[in-house]
Order: sequence, then C-alpha cells, then structure tokens
Amino acid sequence: MMLTAQTTTMELIYKRPESMAEAVTHYCPGCTHGIAHRLIAEVLDEMGIREKTIGVAPVGCSVFAYNYFNHDYVEAAHGRAPAMATGIKRMLPENTVYTYQGDGDLASIGMAEIMHAAARGENITVIFINNAIYGMTGGQMAPTTLPGMKTTSSPYGRDVELAGYPIRMAELLAQMDGSGYVVRRSLHNPGNIRRAKKSIRLAFETQERGLGFSMVELLSSCPTNWKVTPNEALDFIADHMVPVFPLGDYKVHPEIGNLKVR
Amino acid sequence: MAKQLLKGNEAFAEAAIRAGCEGFFGYPITPSTEFLEHMAKRLPALGRAFVQAESEVAAINMVYGAACTGKRVMTASSGPGLSLMSEGISYIAGTEVPAVIVNVMRGGPGLGNIAPSQGDYFQMVKGGGHGDYYPIVLAPASVQEAIDYITLAFDLAEKYRTLAFIVVDGNIGQMMEPAELPPMRELPKDAPPWAVRGAKNRPPNILTSIYIDPKDEEVVNIRLLRRWREIEKNEVRYKEYFMDDAEIAVIGFGTAGRVASSAVKMARAEGIKAGLFRPITLSPLPKKQIAEIAGRVRRILVVEMNHGMMLEDIQAVVGDSIPVEFFGRMGGVTPFPDEILEEIRRVNANEEPVSDVRGEWLERLEARIAEGK
Repeated sequence: MMLTAQTTTMELIYKRPESMAEAVTHYCPGCTHGIAHRLIAEVLDEMGIREKTIGVAPVGCSVFAYNYFNHDYVEAAHGRAPAMATGIKRMLPENTVYTYQGDGDLASIGMAEIMHAAARGENITVIFINNAIYGMTGGQMAPTTLPGMKTTSSPYGRDVELAGYPIRMAELLAQMDGSGYVVRRSLHNPGNIRRAKKSIRLAFETQERGLGFSMVELLSSCPTNWKVTPNEALDFIADHMVPVFPLGDYKVHPEIGNLKVR
Repeated sequence: MAKQLLKGNEAFAEAAIRAGCEGFFGYPITPSTEFLEHMAKRLPALGRAFVQAESEVAAINMVYGAACTGKRVMTASSGPGLSLMSEGISYIAGTEVPAVIVNVMRGGPGLGNIAPSQGDYFQMVKGGGHGDYYPIVLAPASVQEAIDYITLAFDLAEKYRTLAFIVVDGNIGQMMEPAELPPMRELPKDAPPWAVRGAKNRPPNILTSIYIDPKDEEVVNIRLLRRWREIEKNEVRYKEYFMDDAEIAVIGFGTAGRVASSAVKMARAEGIKAGLFRPITLSPLPKKQIAEIAGRVRRILVVEMNHGMMLEDIQAVVGDSIPVEFFGRMGGVTPFPDEILEEIRRVNANEEPVSDVRGEWLERLEARIAEGK
C-alpha cells in the first residue's frame, strides 16, 4: 500500500515584494520606516518598474535603506538627495528615480535642494519621513519638532521664541509650479497606511507620466527618541502631529486626480 | 581639424563635449562662467544634460548622481565655488565614481578677486574634501593644452574611477589664441558594470561611501591608495625646456610656468644656463624627475602665483641637497617675464645657502612693490 500525501492548493495572499531584499531590520521596534519601505516596494512591484528604478538614500536612520530594497541604489550626502536624484534623472530620463529622506535631511540641511528640485519640476519622486526628530544622532530637535516638544537639544521643550516654528514642507512644496503631486499622509493606523500606499503609487505615476515633481510626506513614529512605547508613539502622531501637520492633498495634477488605482 | 582662434573657457568646454561629456551641472562664477554658458548653448542641442544648479553644493551633488550612471559628467567653477563643492568631492572620491572638475582659479582667500591666481594649489592637490584620498590634478598652460588635457582628464578619471581636476587661471580661461579642437568622439554604448541604470538581469548595484565598520573602510582606504600608487607610477606628465645642460632649473606650472618659459629664453640669450621644468600633473607631482633634476643643477627657482605652495612639495623632494629658491606673486597678480628674468640672474649669481626661502622672497617682493613694480 502506498502512502500519498494530500495537498491542498492555498492562495498566497502575503509575501515579500520582489522589490524588497531579504534582510533583517535594524530599525527600532515601533519605527514606521519598515512600513514605508514595504509600501514603496509593493508599489514598484505593482507598477512593474523595479528593474528601472534607482533609489537615493539619505543620511539619517534610513542611511542604509538600500539594504532593504532589491533595485539599484545610491547613497547621498546629508540633504543632497534631490540634487543627486536630479543628476541621475537628467542622465537617465527613462528610469524611475526616487529619494527617501527624513525631516532633518529634507527640511533642514537639504532645504535648498528640495525646493529647487520642485521648482525645476524635476521628474523625481520624494518619500519624506517626518517624525519630528533627528533619529540617528540620538533625538535632537528637527525643523519639524512640535512647539514645546522635548528633545536632547531642546531639553526644556521647543521654545518657539528661541528655536522658531515647525516647517510644513508639503504646503511649501505645493506652492512650486514645478510640482505635480504633493500630499501628506500618516502611518499611524491601517486606514492611513492604505491611503499612504495609494499616494505613493500616485506619486510614482506622476513621475512615469512626466508630470513633474512628486512628494509624499509621511507622518512617522520614533518611539526610541520620543521615549514612549510603540503604541503611545502611534497615538502621539494622531493626537499631536496631525493637528500641526494636517493630512491632505496639497497639489494634485488633474491627470493624476482622474487616475483610478486600487 | 584646422587651427582656429579660440577663447580659453569656450574651447575648453567644447573639448569636454567632444571628449564625450554627457552632463554638465554648474553655477555661475567669474572667471569660469563662459564654460557654463557654452555648455548651456551646446548640450541641450545635442540631447545631453545641462542644469544650472541653485548652488555649487547642489551642482557637485548633481555631478555625483550623474557620475553614478557611468556617463562622462563634469562641472566648472572657481575657488569659492570649489570650497562649497568640497563635500561632494569627498563623496565622489569615497564612492569611487569618475568625475571631471575644472577650477579657473582666482585671487583669494575669501571673496578675493577675479584676477588670475594659483592660490588653490593646496585645495586641489591635497584633495579639498575630508578623508583619505588623492585626486588627479592637471595644469595646462595654454588654450591648446586645456583642450588636450580635458580629454585626458576624462580618460584618466574613467580608467581609475577617480576625480580629475583641471586647474587653470583667468589668463587661460579668458585669453584667445590659436588652437585645434579634436573631432567629436562617439558615445559609448555600454554601461560600466558598476553603474546604476536599473537592476535588469543582474543583482542591484549600490553606490555608497559609507562603511560603518572601520575594518571595511580601511579596505576601501587601502584600495584607493593602491590605485593612487598605480596613478603615480603611470600618469606623471611634465614638459621640459632647455633642461639638458641647465645649471639653474626654474620650476613653475600653468601661467607662471608659461611666463617663466619666456624668462628662461631671455636668460639663455644672456648666456645663463637656465632651463624650465613645467609639471603638467600637479598631482601626482613628477617627484622622480624633480629629484633627478636636483642631482644635476646648481639651484632650483620655484615660480608660482601663490605664497609658495608647490614650493613646499618640491622642498620635500629636494631636501637640503641643493638650494631651492622661490619667487611668487599673489592676490591675482601675474608676474612679468622680466621679473622672473631678474630672479634667474640673481639665483645664477647667488653662491650663498638659502636659510629662509620665504622670508628672503618676502623682503625682495616688498621692496619690488615699494618701487611700484
């Protein structure tokens, strides 16, 4: 008598996207970088553009972002990712080029580069991680740190009389005639994550259609440097960051507005 | 192609295009601006990339990104711009991608002026940015040499995956003289294996300058130094004039070297056995040749348009074997041939040892300025 193994066909409903590399994360527990990485990878897979995509990593916690992706990547100097992306895109207009930047990188040291990339209407996509703090250097005040928020370089809380006010990048970049798609989303719960993914898709669609500069700002967590638990960090985004950084569409090219993606 | 009357910066820029430059990213700065203007006119018409960046910081990082695609790319600037570019220059060196950078040097430090100078010798030859690396530095002395050496700069940068600087000054950038441009080179069809152009049918390429484990960074440092030693062995270039029987060797580069060549000819007419050694590669400096010269001449006179920068590198080679003298003008002042001739006469007659080369030169220079020269 022969033994036969019984097999049942099962539908695979969740797997590592091809655009992601097989790697163990170095990000802290409760950090939303991993979610943002995965959303990008899913979008690149769905659009079938992995093989022509070139990413530009920043300086910050995501300096090693390239370890998690399965496509070409370069590593920029602090804040210069949009300039580097400009150089790549101008040499290779048929390729897809995106930067992945944090708030210190994009809104402080790289302010000139991001504004001018948008002003030139560079056909690049920017994924902007706004967690209101410098992560890699250990929790200093960022240009997006909330008024009153304690960091290692604003130990008594951000005093707006001394250290000024948080910068709203999506609103600023939407003012540039060269930008085609600029929105702010959040990663603090599943509904917002789904909306974030759709926006990342639309940002890349903007680039593929040559409609100019595209940016998705993602409100993100940093439980380690905020000194809260991962769950408290997600609540902090909803309760404290969203009121200062309202979610919404700040610039949507009509062609993208009419686009239907799932 | 026949000789034409060509303006330095424009001829230089056109030669870069003909050498296969597919991308230029720059920011206007006197006395290099015509370079950028020529690129603005020509590159888009050829379907190649031109961007006027928001700053030199952005320009060099655009060059950095563009260089990662494995195509020939460049920028041109002047000292204050090069200071801003130092960050990107170091990253380009650390990532081992080829790039060509032209510095049309002007008087400094600070805002200085826009007159011809060689005050950026240290900034260029010692690399400009942070960390352990050496760039190639070429110093043309005429419009024709500028044309020839920009082609060479692209070839060397690509061959060694390194930075190649070309240093000229406003004299060469702004002057018009007869020169011949090379024919247009065909652009390469294939990408170098390390370039980022999309991971199609291959694993991803990652171009980075971060090596978080010191042991890994040291491996890179060793690789860069090994490669540099190859460059030192193979790529030294220089020109000699009347050096065969010379007793006084004048050493100068670029415009200072060119002015010195007139002075040396005048000295020869007076019966002084002077010769000129003009380094083309300031980095790698022709050390072996300079040491050999020190073994057969009585004295060396270094002539520069700075406070004695190459002088220090030559002193390091020559040591105390023979006296090394110096004459320089600074601040954007170009020396006249008769000033250098006077110096050659003085050096030829001098039997005394030189104990304080800079101090003695400063006294002569201040006396000369007091006379209204």
